[in-house]
Amino acid sequence: MNDSTSLLRRVFRRRALPFILLLLAAHAGAAGFDIAQLMQTLAQTRGAQATFVEKKYIAILDRPIESSGELVYQAPGHLEKRTLRPKAEDMILDGHELTFIRGKQRRSMQLQDYPQIAAFTDSIRGTMAGDRKALERLFRLELEGGPERWQLSLTPTDSGSGASAYVQRIRIGGSRDNVTSIEIVQKDGDRSVMTITRSPAP
Amino acid sequence: MRLTRRGILALWLAFVLACAAVVAQTRVSTDMSAFLPQRPTPEQRILVDQLREGVLSRLVLVGIEGADAPTRAKISRAMAARLRGDPDFSAVANGEPVGLERERALLFSHRYLLSPAVDAAHFSRGGLHAALSDSIDLIASPLGMMVKPLLPRDPSGELIQIISRLGTGQQAMSGDGVWISRDGQRAVLLAHTRASGADIDAQQRAVGHLRAAFEQARTASGAQGVALQMSGPGVFAVTSRATIEHEALRLSALGAVLVIALLLLLYRSFTALLLGILPVACGALAGVAAVSLGFGTVHGLTLGFGTTLIGEAVDYSIYLFVQSERRKTGNWIADFWPTIRLGVLTSVIGFASLLFSGFPGLAQLGLYSIAGLSTAALVTRHILPLLLPDGFKVRDTTPLGRRLVSALSRAPALRPLVAVLALAAIAVLVQHRDTIWNDQLSSLSPVPAADMALDARLRADLGAPDTRLLVVIPAPSREAALIGAEQAASRLQPLVDAGVLAGFDTPAKYLPSQRTQWQRRAALPAPDVLRERLNEATQDLPLKAERLAGFLSDVEAARRAPLLDRADLDGSTLALAVDALLQGRGTHWSALLPLRAPPGRDIDSSRVRAAINGLPGQPLLLDIKNETNRLYGGYLREAIVLSCSGLGGIVVLLSVALRDARRVLGIVAPLAIAVLLVTAGLVLAGVQLTILHLVGMLLIVAVGSNYALFFDRRADAGQARTLASLLFANLATVSGFGLLAASSVPVLQALGDTVGPGAILALLLSAIMARRCIY
Repeated sequence: MNDSTSLLRRVFRRRALPFILLLLAAHAGAAGFDIAQLMQTLAQTRGAQATFVEKKYIAILDRPIESSGELVYQAPGHLEKRTLRPKAEDMILDGHELTFIRGKQRRSMQLQDYPQIAAFTDSIRGTMAGDRKALERLFRLELEGGPERWQLSLTPTDSGSGASAYVQRIRIGGSRDNVTSIEIVQKDGDRSVMTITRSPAP
Repeated sequence: MRLTRRGILALWLAFVLACAAVVAQTRVSTDMSAFLPQRPTPEQRILVDQLREGVLSRLVLVGIEGADAPTRAKISRAMAARLRGDPDFSAVANGEPVGLERERALLFSHRYLLSPAVDAAHFSRGGLHAALSDSIDLIASPLGMMVKPLLPRDPSGELIQIISRLGTGQQAMSGDGVWISRDGQRAVLLAHTRASGADIDAQQRAVGHLRAAFEQARTASGAQGVALQMSGPGVFAVTSRATIEHEALRLSALGAVLVIALLLLLYRSFTALLLGILPVACGALAGVAAVSLGFGTVHGLTLGFGTTLIGEAVDYSIYLFVQSERRKTGNWIADFWPTIRLGVLTSVIGFASLLFSGFPGLAQLGLYSIAGLSTAALVTRHILPLLLPDGFKVRDTTPLGRRLVSALSRAPALRPLVAVLALAAIAVLVQHRDTIWNDQLSSLSPVPAADMALDARLRADLGAPDTRLLVVIPAPSREAALIGAEQAASRLQPLVDAGVLAGFDTPAKYLPSQRTQWQRRAALPAPDVLRERLNEATQDLPLKAERLAGFLSDVEAARRAPLLDRADLDGSTLALAVDALLQGRGTHWSALLPLRAPPGRDIDSSRVRAAINGLPGQPLLLDIKNETNRLYGGYLREAIVLSCSGLGGIVVLLSVALRDARRVLGIVAPLAIAVLLVTAGLVLAGVQLTILHLVGMLLIVAVGSNYALFFDRRADAGQARTLASLLFANLATVSGFGLLAASSVPVLQALGDTVGPGAILALLLSAIMARRCIY
């Protein structure tokens, strides 16, 4: 026992100190995980596929409505949301153009003409692309957590293109370079929560 | 004798004054009207209305090139903003979402009258359940954000129904918030003028305003090297008019200078010059007056044709003056007048055939020539001799004539060569017989090919309607036309589903017939009924009926609201769309349903025809391109027949006047060969002949017959002078037409190309083939 204590003590003295220092350093690193690092990590993703389940909580409806489908992202500006249920509908965001395909109908619109949609799409795409500049044009950013589990809050600034009229807050959660959830709270209190599961790289 | 002379002069002066009075009141047109038929078929009438007044005629396509994309977008926005406030334009679209809110409000407040989904079944318990479920699904979709605010008042989704049906046309690409070309190198805009395309003055003003708006926007942006491009029927009409006016003026002035120089060279006397011009001036005046009286307007091209008249009518005074010194004018009248008279009659008969053309442009040319030539000849015959001063003398041309006589004495040796050339020409024509004539109406268009290419490019960029096929529904009233359009739409929709059509537009989409509106309104249930059904329908839905009070009150309001009228749409783009597709007044209305072809394919018009067959009101399928070409093809065939009958008339006239078949042959053969050679030459040069080339051939015969007739005259002591005067007359003609050949207006150029060489050939051939050897 004595021996072991002394052994421990010796270990502690000789080996543990660097170990603890290491732990401390790691902790310090987590605390120092900042937006710049997150953005850098996210920007490395060139393309990704994922499935999503989205729940919308809307005041006028008695229960949340659920939709699900696939997400396809290609750096830096291409994002597709393929809703499969309850009705098939594709939303393709490419550059400044947003296209909806529903059955045989295809509708394209310019993002800047529809600030209410732009607020949502820009926040998601901007985060996926790690485009801090684009995000900070519209939102004030706050980051919590570490690289393994982070949460980025986006609050519209009034200087943005009218996004604050529609959006109260957007919370994007993720792990490393994966976006795993997007919660959008609208100005009127309605909100949607999208849970994203990344598909393994093909 | 003095009295008679005074009487004649007074009569002539009165005639000139009357002509001048008519000419002063004359309206000159430069639009398509000269090319449109006088007695149109129903298809042609609609076609003509479309080309002159239709919405397509009001379209101005605009491109902004140069600088960078953001600058172009800025200029586009500034231009559009300014033009939207301009009363000359009914709409300006550049890709900005302007006025959408207002339009949406209009559609929303009339949604139960406009939505095609509204019927009794739609408002049954099952129908409501289905419609509400759809709306809830839509809220779950990415578009849900935009739909959500509508849900409490429009849970059955009528607005979505209406909007999704409205915006199905192709559209321009966007960049920096405005429309841009496919390659991104241009910003593009679409402007609708309030005035019709046929109102060229208004079009000119609109084009001016467009230019000013561009200049202002460009200056404000401080950009360098930015250029404005414009196209469209109105723009074409404006530039064509400017070109035609400019050309007519330039060519007339140049022609006059050339002829005056020639006459001065010949006469060496200003008095003679003035007197020589007199018959031409009177002829032109009488020609314009006659056309003005006969047609109401004179087309610019007919005026342009006036230069050509100078060439032929100047001949008459040349013959008079050159002969006048040697003999008393009385002798001239005895000696030369019969020949000139025969020549004039020959021309008149040739051109008279054109009077019967259903093509107003051609008929105008015929009347102008007949009136002009007869007047010029009569003035030469009856007025000029009275005005000749005593001792009137022009330069003696006998020495020149002698040299010509000796040169021409060897001419008959060339006859074998002429025969060979004539045979070769026939061979060429036979070989190319299928491609000699150009049966496209566009061959007459004064619009240069480069402008056409720009137009096609801007159209493609804008996804602008390049409508070829229209279903046209004639009807006695607006309501009947709308009902007809609704019936036709129900026949056309299956073709869209089958992929025969990519789609179609109809005025009933924007303004349903009162009957349909009434039926839709009648399908709306009473408040109690609706509430009960809504309660049942929403039982298993997350959307509860209590939240839909706005829906109930809106439906109730719609049940009591008046039907939607055209006036309700005033000031919106919906009004524009209705007016474009629903035209008429009084008891003559037509609804137009433009068809869109599936990408990369043509529309199978036989299937469309079969689909609309048997509908009341007998809708027509109008193929604008084919119809215009058929129209022109008809003119061309008719003109060929008329010209041939004109030639036949000339042969009959000569036979009656000369009573000698061999003399007639001696006169007709050189003219026929001249026409053959010119035609073959044009064909070999790769020119496809148009209706104006045909007119040119008639002119060759008309002018050439004077030459041939003079060579047919008995040889006499004055032959040298005769020959000299022929040469000068010929030079006058050739210079007049040579100028036309340099014109940038295709129709004038065609005339010049044909008559210039033809007149020389006619003179040479007449000399070579003269039946009597006068040398």
